[in-house]
Amino acid sequence: MPTELKDLSGNQLDALREIGNIGAGNSATALSQLINRRINMNVPNVSIVPLEEVPELVGGPEALVVGVFLRAYGKAPCNILFLMPKDAAFYLVDTMMGKKRGETVTLDFMDESALMEIGNILSGAYLNALFNFTQLALLPSIPALAMDMAGAILNVVLVQLGQMGDHALVIETKFASEDDGIGGHFFLVPDPGSLETILTAVGVE
Amino acid sequence: MPDLVKVGMADYKVGRAPSTLISYGLGSCIGISVYDPQSKVGGLLHIMLSDSTQSRASDNPAKFADTGIPLLVKKVIAAGGVQRRLVAKLAGGAQMFAFKNATSIMRVGERNAQVSKEILKRLGIPIVAEDTGGTCGRTVSIDLNNGDYFVKTVEKGERKI
Repeated sequence: MPTELKDLSGNQLDALREIGNIGAGNSATALSQLINRRINMNVPNVSIVPLEEVPELVGGPEALVVGVFLRAYGKAPCNILFLMPKDAAFYLVDTMMGKKRGETVTLDFMDESALMEIGNILSGAYLNALFNFTQLALLPSIPALAMDMAGAILNVVLVQLGQMGDHALVIETKFASEDDGIGGHFFLVPDPGSLETILTAVGVE
Repeated sequence: MPDLVKVGMADYKVGRAPSTLISYGLGSCIGISVYDPQSKVGGLLHIMLSDSTQSRASDNPAKFADTGIPLLVKKVIAAGGVQRRLVAKLAGGAQMFAFKNATSIMRVGERNAQVSKEILKRLGIPIVAEDTGGTCGRTVSIDLNNGDYFVKTVEKGERKI
């Protein structure tokens, strides 16, 4: 078992990519049903990145985004972060609330609640798939929402990892609706100790 | 040296006038500047955590307040700053997500700010301006021509502290 992230083998990275694939596939289906629209996703990107480079994945640290953050509790605790560019999040609110595109210009309490619920549903779908694959039951916390600079929001997720090392394992999937108006990045960031548990559970040690 | 020098997460840079040092998108992190107004030499440090002794081995002292600040001061002095003239400014340490039962992880920003201030005090460097806490992400920069420290947030735009 590798003690350092950079020592992960090709097989292990493949297994993690597959977890991301199944999880995000489930989430994309949930989102698609929720807003009644086709949602495409890319093959998950599993990468080990220096902590300071993670914000670059979402358009740079100053990009304005809406983030829904959850902790997944259980045998393999993880952080979950669903990041959407501001315009995509507003369009998603328009869609859910039955408004015209562009009508949402600020997020009120109801809008925030709706976006957190989306985060909740997507995370639930993701964790469910993870469970079917690994038999590791993980329960999501209550979601929290913030609209701010991407770097600042990612900080929260990365700080914990910072206590353990200088790199982050990021399983990232990009979603987009067909007209490309709705989309986001889904991050699963396992706690440092969780990685071993997950890899053992899928049988690639 | 280019005019605008970027400081990444868990990193620091030291420079002199006419450069500006900038660090983008701080959440619970803190941007600490140390500046000598006479020689116009200064540095900016972007720490993530307060205490290196509570973490597993890391070879990057700039990640923590307790190891990063002394290092920053040392490098600023090495670049021509004079200890007794140094002044510090800091910003950051927000709590980005408001959870009802904020755990220690969620309150890391508060702790970062507190420890950073303690360490600057211990080193005898006066804190002449600060903007810490709150719930907003910040981009911070220091203009080494005059030591002006700018804080930019999404809500309020850019202002000098």
